[in-house]
Amino acid sequence: MQLLRAIFSHSSGRIGGAIVGLYIIIAILGLLGITPHDPLMQFRVDRLHAPDATYWMGTDLFGRDVASRLMLGISQSFIVAFASVALAAVAGIVLGLAAAWFGGWWDGTIMRFMDVLLAFPAILLALLIIAIVGPGTWTSVMAIAIVYTPIFTRVVRGPALSLKTRDFVDAARTFGSSRNYILTRHLMLNLVAPLTVQVTLALAWGLLTEAGLSFLGLGTQPPASSLGLMLADSRNLMEMAPWLLIFPGIAIMIGILGFNLLGDALRDILDPRTRRSAA
Amino acid sequence: MTSLLSVSNLRVGFGRKPEDNEIVHGVSFDLAAGETLAIVGESGSGKSVTALSINRLVDFGGGRILDGSIQFNRENGTMLDLAAAGEQELTKIRGGEIGMIFQEPMTSLNPVLTIGEQIEESFRLHRGLTGRQAREAAKDALDRVRIPDAARRLKYCPHQLSGGMLQRVMIATALSCNPRLLIADEPTTALDVTVQAQIMALLAELKRETGMGMIFITHDIGLVAGIADKVMVMQNGEAVEQGPLDAVLDAPQHPYTKHLLSAVPHFEAGRATRTDYRRADAPSAAPALKVEGLTVRFPVTGGLLRRQTGAVHAVDGVDFDLMPGETLGIVGESGSGKSTTARAILGLVEPTRGTFSANTNGAARQSGKPVQMVFQNPYASLNPRLRVDSILAEPVIAAGGGLKGETHARMRMLLDRVGLPENALQRYPHEFSGGQRQRLCIARALMLNPSVVVLDEAVSALDVSVQAKVLELLVDLQREFGLAYLFVSHDMAVVERIAHRIAVVYAGQIVEIGDAASVLSDPKHAYTKRLISAVPSVDRRKETFEVDTRQVPSLVRPLGFEPEPANWQSFGPDHMARAEA
Repeated sequence: MQLLRAIFSHSSGRIGGAIVGLYIIIAILGLLGITPHDPLMQFRVDRLHAPDATYWMGTDLFGRDVASRLMLGISQSFIVAFASVALAAVAGIVLGLAAAWFGGWWDGTIMRFMDVLLAFPAILLALLIIAIVGPGTWTSVMAIAIVYTPIFTRVVRGPALSLKTRDFVDAARTFGSSRNYILTRHLMLNLVAPLTVQVTLALAWGLLTEAGLSFLGLGTQPPASSLGLMLADSRNLMEMAPWLLIFPGIAIMIGILGFNLLGDALRDILDPRTRRSAA
Repeated sequence: MTSLLSVSNLRVGFGRKPEDNEIVHGVSFDLAAGETLAIVGESGSGKSVTALSINRLVDFGGGRILDGSIQFNRENGTMLDLAAAGEQELTKIRGGEIGMIFQEPMTSLNPVLTIGEQIEESFRLHRGLTGRQAREAAKDALDRVRIPDAARRLKYCPHQLSGGMLQRVMIATALSCNPRLLIADEPTTALDVTVQAQIMALLAELKRETGMGMIFITHDIGLVAGIADKVMVMQNGEAVEQGPLDAVLDAPQHPYTKHLLSAVPHFEAGRATRTDYRRADAPSAAPALKVEGLTVRFPVTGGLLRRQTGAVHAVDGVDFDLMPGETLGIVGESGSGKSTTARAILGLVEPTRGTFSANTNGAARQSGKPVQMVFQNPYASLNPRLRVDSILAEPVIAAGGGLKGETHARMRMLLDRVGLPENALQRYPHEFSGGQRQRLCIARALMLNPSVVVLDEAVSALDVSVQAKVLELLVDLQREFGLAYLFVSHDMAVVERIAHRIAVVYAGQIVEIGDAASVLSDPKHAYTKRLISAVPSVDRRKETFEVDTRQVPSLVRPLGFEPEPANWQSFGPDHMARAEA
């Protein structure tokens, strides 16, 4: 509760939080099937219908309601983005802490492997993984998670290395604190700020990467909906039915903006040193 | 004699609305050529801001001069109001007519350029010298600050020189254009005491040679006595007292000056040592901590195969013991191995050899960890994201205890003992001042009821008057809990106040050990003598330090090197020194 209040008293947090909150509500509604129309129902008579009171965002080539499909698409994109970022964050934290804490051979091996992953452009690496495993929702979750793991590993390792040499970690050692206690209380707790920023940013990228993979036909498969898939379907009809392109495009853009704003706000709020000025 | 600099009613503010955030409230002073003005004050008193306003570097830190004038007598005889001067004019004056030395020589020099290039830059900019001429001038500048072998040192990068050498380089740069005024902002605070004495000697000598005026900023009123002609004491942005050196030091008028002179520990050569514990009174007691032959070496590798070619002998065969209720002060310069000794005892550094055993004092003392430590920097030794109650609970949790009622009771008791309110438990470290944080660190170290507390420069990061209060607290706690302290410090005045016995560490070895009064009043080893004579004191006025460019010997030894066994000479019931070769 306190965190929510802090977010809403922060100027950019207010906007970012509102956008993300709205998207989450839409995603849940889409998932529960509470949409203006059935997103899979084809209204044959109203194919490529322009937006009006019945079809808020018009209909597509098969006469499906764009607004309903957009809601379903947002929930689909969110599931993929959240699942993949959660996987990437967990993997990155474990690998990053291991590299920083054990150092030496561990550090070298983990970080060189991460360098190899980072050397490929994100979408190319995801394509490679999907080409090996085959397309599908969970494949793209895995692919996006693998793509973003090196970034989390680096975000964790750098500060963890410097935290490791701080006096309070030395102090903890003099009390005989266990390794796990030091890792969780002294390292992890101080990594919350960079990690929340990274998670919100990664969610934005995750959304984008998912859209990109689906656009290429490698992520979500029809007749399910996703933002990227909707963009792909609208490509040939861009001039006849611009609403098919505009609404999913705007949805992606605002979603990413929302996560970025929220990430900035969280960074200000979660740092106790700036907490008073933010509140 | 006309005045070189005349500051009147200087007001400086910071931030977006400088009027609302005034840091310096109307400071006035005069400085004649060849005179030294010392500005003394604690951190936050506005002493640095005042000095930075003179060459207007304060503008770059977000400050604005709100009111007042700074009349500076220029080289060509004209007067210029620096408070109103334009940036172009100021650029010529900075470096050219007003030189400045900063506190941290290690960070004031660019690490990727050789020191020669950095000194030459000043000659190129202000004197228009080029090529060989500039190089010659740079070499002369280094000669002037008594750097031996100047021609070769020009090609060195900053990391190859010690802190004292770098500060000499900074002084050489600042003096490169024969400034009429030199501003020295805490130039020796980051340096060891013997090096400090060298830099002070150098500044005094150069001042005599060139006849420049100097503004010397410091928090150490003892240092002022040796160099200043006039003293200005600042508190909360106001000059509370100013006048000639002797008048201010001998007959202070303002209560704050009196407080500074009385509260601040001054070195008194063994006359101010504690007398509440004597070894002879408890001859049969078991030592709380016994260290024998402690040796810490770090490998040095070289060559293509990274084979070990030698070792840094950081600590070499250190022996001492520590009785309950006793304080052993370990003094020495940076790099002498005193901190490594402390860290080895706490298990933070793996000792190469040697044993140490801590006595838990029988069944009377229930302690999970008999040795605890308080670190130098109170800002770094508390996890900023944990609340105070979690911080204090950590040692208990680490020792396997749960968060029971008695743990909370002990937290409250200790907070009360170190002088912090009970509601501190629900707060975060950043809500406390440096002194309060150090009190928290002390409370944390006492959570497990240790028998020995290692204090590694525990008061060095604190302001002088806070230092005195924390020292008092430490003495009280020692009496109450019967603690033994291992007090590591470079500050002789502080050690004199708290130690019963003193061990002097030089190049990884104890060179002299004994009861505090006899070691400080009658040092036997040459290094101890040098160390003690370098300590500034209010009583040593206008001292002419001797310039001495000896360097600490290298601690890197070839593989398999073993130091000769110590040959101790006894000078009394409890006073030994290593025989010198």
